[in-house]
Amino acid sequence: MAEAIAHELAKKQKEISVAEFFERNKHILGFGNPTRALVTSVKEGVDNALDACEESGILPDIYVEIRNHEDGENKLIIEDNGPGIVKKQIPHIFGRLLYGSRFHAIQQSRGQQGIGISAVVLYGQLTTGKHAKVISKIQEDRPATITELAIDTNKNRSDVINRDIMHWDKPSGTRFEVSIVADYKRGKRFVFEYLQSVSIVNPHAQITFKEPDGSEHLFERTTDMLPRKSVGIKPHPYGVELGTLIKLAKNTKSRKLSSFLKSEFSSMGDRTTKAVCEKAQLDKDFNPKNMSREQFLALHKAFKKVKIMAPTTECLSPIGETLIKRSLKHETQEISPEFIVTASRPASVYSGNPFQIEAGIVYGGSLPRDNSVKLMRFANRVPLLYQQGDCVSTSAISSIDWRRYGLDQSSGKGIPSGPAIFLTHISSTLIPFTSESKEAIADIHEIESEIKLAFRECARKVQRHIHKKIRRAKTREKFELITKILPEIAKKSSNMLDKPTPSLDKVITKIMDVVWIEDIIEYEKTSSKPVQSTLFDESSEKREGGWITKSTVMVVNYKNKPQKFNLYAVIPEDAVIGSVTPQPTKITDNYIKWNLDTIIPADKRDIYFELAGLDKEDFDENDLYVENINPSYVIGADKWEGD
Amino acid sequence: MSRDYTNVINSINSIASKVYNDLESSEIPNLKLPTRTKSNIQFDDKLNVWKYGKNMTERSAKSLDGAYMMLRTMYMVDFIKDMIKANKSSTLREMYYISEGWDLAKFNSQPESDSLAEDLEVITGCMREDFKLRPEEDGARVIGNLTIEEVTRNKTKKKIHCQDDVGDSGYSIPYNVEPEKISFKGADADFILAIETGGMFDRLVENGFDTSNRAILVHLKGQPARSTRRFIKRLNKKKKLPVLVFTDCDPWSYRIFGSVAYGAIKTAHISEYLATPAAQYLGVTPSDIENYKLPTDKLTKEDINALKSELSDPRFQDSFWKHEIKLQLSLGKKSEQQALAKYGLDYVTETYLPEKLAEMGIKK
Repeated sequence: MAEAIAHELAKKQKEISVAEFFERNKHILGFGNPTRALVTSVKEGVDNALDACEESGILPDIYVEIRNHEDGENKLIIEDNGPGIVKKQIPHIFGRLLYGSRFHAIQQSRGQQGIGISAVVLYGQLTTGKHAKVISKIQEDRPATITELAIDTNKNRSDVINRDIMHWDKPSGTRFEVSIVADYKRGKRFVFEYLQSVSIVNPHAQITFKEPDGSEHLFERTTDMLPRKSVGIKPHPYGVELGTLIKLAKNTKSRKLSSFLKSEFSSMGDRTTKAVCEKAQLDKDFNPKNMSREQFLALHKAFKKVKIMAPTTECLSPIGETLIKRSLKHETQEISPEFIVTASRPASVYSGNPFQIEAGIVYGGSLPRDNSVKLMRFANRVPLLYQQGDCVSTSAISSIDWRRYGLDQSSGKGIPSGPAIFLTHISSTLIPFTSESKEAIADIHEIESEIKLAFRECARKVQRHIHKKIRRAKTREKFELITKILPEIAKKSSNMLDKPTPSLDKVITKIMDVVWIEDIIEYEKTSSKPVQSTLFDESSEKREGGWITKSTVMVVNYKNKPQKFNLYAVIPEDAVIGSVTPQPTKITDNYIKWNLDTIIPADKRDIYFELAGLDKEDFDENDLYVENINPSYVIGADKWEGD
Repeated sequence: MSRDYTNVINSINSIASKVYNDLESSEIPNLKLPTRTKSNIQFDDKLNVWKYGKNMTERSAKSLDGAYMMLRTMYMVDFIKDMIKANKSSTLREMYYISEGWDLAKFNSQPESDSLAEDLEVITGCMREDFKLRPEEDGARVIGNLTIEEVTRNKTKKKIHCQDDVGDSGYSIPYNVEPEKISFKGADADFILAIETGGMFDRLVENGFDTSNRAILVHLKGQPARSTRRFIKRLNKKKKLPVLVFTDCDPWSYRIFGSVAYGAIKTAHISEYLATPAAQYLGVTPSDIENYKLPTDKLTKEDINALKSELSDPRFQDSFWKHEIKLQLSLGKKSEQQALAKYGLDYVTETYLPEKLAEMGIKK
């Protein structure tokens, strides 16, 4: 009887086709409505294009075009200048879900699941019944292939409908064309915002966007430097799941547990290996292939009990403070913000996965004063557009009291309001998204606290900037007083009385009663090659000249006693120091230090330094500090708090 | 007409010398002058008016604003000196426009330059007239049985009767009302009535109040100019006529009375020239609002603040003002002179004023 029922049920049990799976889960995959579908499709295409270019060391030049037809069917074209795709891989990449080169790798990349671009193909097929088209060229002197393909939804396989060769002017690259049902009218704003955001966190990419009405937007490249190539690493014991552990053991070539641990995991040395084995009460000579589930469980538990070094962070490729600042500046030109500050945290780890947080604040200009601050969120250089409220970055920002930094925030909690844009970028080998649509980052304690630290650092910079602005205004007033007004008063009074004009030096010292530091920054274009810097890799050598940043600092002693102190100028890490006068006492990656000679009252010193390896205006504000002098005597520099 | 300006020139030079000497001895130049605020006025028993107290304000070149003020001061005293030498005079407004050419020392607005001219008076103890500066003709008007002898432009003396020789707009008070310019001849009247608004002045003229009640009517034109106050003061002294002030019923009008009777805060250094201590407030009082059931407006926030400020103003500390101001604050209302028209155009001259005058013992 039971058997009969089982047979009966078996008839009903069949494999769910990918089409069904997609249909049921399309909201999770980012195709929930025609607006989202448009943005998601663009996003998947652009992500793929960027990854392809970067993997092969090509500066991405990406073209996005949307043609819309009146019945809601849109044609989406995404073209890159990447290495192209070999003919036989095209059907796999575009026509098969969960297929990709990155699914198994532990390194930072945009896509992670390999569900992306093929989902777009499937969505297009399901909504319009039309096939996708892929043109690809892998070598300059060979023709391009053109492939028309569809997805066989029962088998999760792609059907090549048509394949041909054609002439294509591009040396190499891929062009992807798909028809989808989407709402262009509503989606347009998001597509634009998405591409602009991509451009901010991918300053090395150039993106052209052509709208249905033929108008073109160019998101310019602001650096010729490709992101540092991230290196694949082995899993870290803290982050590995039990199932993965067992799978790795089954496939390992090691015959002993100790060598298995050392060769298949990162950060495992002799000492940690021994400690783990002891904790798990396992013999280090066990053959990992013969271990029982219980033994693996003990091993897995032992990982957590032993202190293991954090994984190396070479697998991460953060953007860098200077580049974030530069591209924010570029993309916010129309706003003409008052200032932009950025902060980059050192790499950190959650559950064995390395990650790194970068943050930026754009402040002032024509940004609306009464609205909530605009949040821009990025994960591995991919903009996150939806589910802002669920994202850990949002809660981290909300938990900071922004009122101290000149922004409005009711009761010191929540998203502040004011004329600002906040940028958060997380790089990680595994971004812990809350769901498959990859729009929000899960609430993980380590990540939240790093985001907070990054924003606190930004906020401190904001505060310093505001402080500086006020002091600058005061300095300017004093300067006006002693250079213009006071001499006039002297002239007028002596004229009236027919007496000689008195000397003002001492009065000026009395009025100022400070050591006054003023600086100017100028930029000079050099025709020769720029100095080799850490910011540029080989590609920088192709550049036709660069910019030299020239900073002049003037120190005047307006105190009535001689002054002797040390001066520090903070410089960006990625800059290269050129000539410096007078002779500095110390130069590090972060600052230049001078032990200045005694300056007598009313005397002055000129200090000059050059920075190379930066673009014009990358360095637009001197950060000066003093030491061995009462900081309240000084206008134009703060107290040096140590390295 | 030419007078000796040596003293004026000396005191002007002393300002320049002070600044010069400070600079020469390496001091930050500064000038001291009495603080010109409500908190620094006190009653002078001898003069019977309110004068500045002992608090001093320092104008120092240490701050940018202070340095600008000092430079402007230098330019202004130099300009005054030039005018004296050239035997010219200018209006305050003309000086403001001339200051446009003072480069760094130019003023941002005329009230700034007016106020600096007052500062110079305070520092030197001279009068604006000594500096050859005069206000705009403000044309405050007088109608009544009064004969004035004025020295005209062509240096001849001319007698003007303020009813027979003038039109409905009355005799216009010139900026200079000193004896060298005008003198009071005959005056056949029982009192002087100083009126705040032009509308009420015209009403009384049309109703013939000056004749029917033997009054000299003076239009104050809001906050009265120095010459108007000086005119009232001289007329009061010379002809021994009581002075009654008739204004709207609001805190600003009480200040008009204050400046007529006690001396204004801004010009407390010359109160003895300008204030008429014998002047009395006729109305409209807050009590009148109740007694005459006058139409009212609600007090604004500014009104309330001004009333509260008057409660702490040393000039308004007598029982009459304390009572009236507190009453008004509790009523929360204000009224206008012309609100009396509620009972007809003749009501003010037929009923209100006679009743008030009787109450004050001026008329029976």
